[in-house]
Amino acid sequence: MKNEQFNNRDVSDSYFLVDIPDYPTDGWGKFTRVVKRTFRGELFVGLWVVLREMIKFDIHTVQYPLEKMPIGPRYRAVHEMKRLWESGTERCIGCGLCEKICISNCIQMDTKIDENSRKEVSEYSINLGRCIFCGYCAEVCPELAITHGGRYENGSEQREHFVMYEDMLTPIDALKAGKQLEFEGFGAITPHEDERVKKTPLSY
Amino acid sequence: MDTAYLIETIIKVVVVLLIFSALAGIGTYFERKVLAFMQRRLGPMYVGPFGLLQVAADGVKLFTKEDIVPTNVVAKVFKIAPVITAATAFMAAAAIPFLPQFTLFGYTVHPIVADINIGILYILGIMGIGLYGPLLGGMASANKFSLLSAARTAAVFISYEVVTGLSLLAPIMMVGSLSLIDFNEYQAGGIGDWIIWSQPVAFVLFWIAAFAETGRTPFHLIANDHEIIDGFGTEYSGMRWGLFFIGEYANMFFISFVIPLIFLGGYGDGSFLGALGLLGKMAFFFFFFLWTRAAWPDVRPDQLMWLCWKVLMPLAVINIVITGLVMMF
Repeated sequence: MKNEQFNNRDVSDSYFLVDIPDYPTDGWGKFTRVVKRTFRGELFVGLWVVLREMIKFDIHTVQYPLEKMPIGPRYRAVHEMKRLWESGTERCIGCGLCEKICISNCIQMDTKIDENSRKEVSEYSINLGRCIFCGYCAEVCPELAITHGGRYENGSEQREHFVMYEDMLTPIDALKAGKQLEFEGFGAITPHEDERVKKTPLSY
Repeated sequence: MDTAYLIETIIKVVVVLLIFSALAGIGTYFERKVLAFMQRRLGPMYVGPFGLLQVAADGVKLFTKEDIVPTNVVAKVFKIAPVITAATAFMAAAAIPFLPQFTLFGYTVHPIVADINIGILYILGIMGIGLYGPLLGGMASANKFSLLSAARTAAVFISYEVVTGLSLLAPIMMVGSLSLIDFNEYQAGGIGDWIIWSQPVAFVLFWIAAFAETGRTPFHLIANDHEIIDGFGTEYSGMRWGLFFIGEYANMFFISFVIPLIFLGGYGDGSFLGALGLLGKMAFFFFFFLWTRAAWPDVRPDQLMWLCWKVLMPLAVINIVITGLVMMF
């Protein structure tokens, strides 16, 4: 589906004024209006509409804890830490940019030099009670290591609750099974988005 | 009065009371389900299979809730008002034949508590007394909105008593009796004998008035939903509110029995099929109460009064005059 057909936004040919007759002023006019409205059967149209919906049984309810709506790839929920596809090592290089840019100061990290003289993360936690899920950490990350995931159920019994590095990290077996999802990023388009594009009228 | 009759009557009273108290609860379940399906929802789903035990859960909640009598209310009146609604609803059931007579263990049972010769008059009178429930409850509540709602309720109920009575007058003239059993005998010949064919106007008028008498949706302004409160029941909670609720739903069931008994042949010739027919007609009229709630908007109080006094009442009177003329000549 292409967007060209939406470029012509002049929809004036499909709009029309509803024909509303003048209100009756004399008694006879009011009487005839009442009679017309009584026997036009509009009440039965309403009855038929709701009965049709009942017979069709097209239920739109999502039974939430059992069923869940799919969420878009741009959704910014609890963070995830990615691994490199080839070697399986952690992508995070401990640069600390996410900690610096975090505007609600919810990321705390500690780094050290490991035995290969590489910098690695020794402590990493995000305070989800403070996090506003702005997405700056994911945007600033030079290695695409910290991203947002789709896990939005993070209720807790207290205001401060933390998610640790190990909990966010993709499990090694999930990576080997090819189940690590790449974050599409903030400009990413929801799949099949252009099917939902509607014409916005500019003139009537 | 002999003892067997007394025992039989008491048993009948208890059975009617139990069955219709339970039906009032199940009626709320049906209402929630039907409304949900018509609005593409599922309704109660979690308590029991398909939410069937929701009724029990609601009952437990209502019974165990704290009994609150707010400050400044007139406590005695406040406490008695819900009882009036529920009691009058069930008292009206005394003159309704729910089923044709049948034989149980060699004993002929008449499924009517009291076949009094003024049956319909009694039912209408008792349902008219039901007005005092909302009226007293609203006036005693020390709440402006309850008071307004009580005034509205009184206006609606009193106005529509007129339509109910006048619309029923024509069928009563034809049958020549006030007993619902006589009404049933009059129409026992089959579909062709139903009073609806000779009195279609009275049928429609009575049906419309039934909505006003039970306070159901096109005329649901007794508990004005768009004030976000429950009208006269605003200050009520727990089982006192539950009594209002039971009264309303029992009233719906009884009216749904009365309409087919008067206009649609009742249980017909008294066979098993006829009894099923009466239950089926009752189910349709009860369903229609729920159906309109999903489909139709409420009317304004002034429109309701206009409809009653300027349209329905003249129509009812004209209907009586024409019926009288036809019967005379």
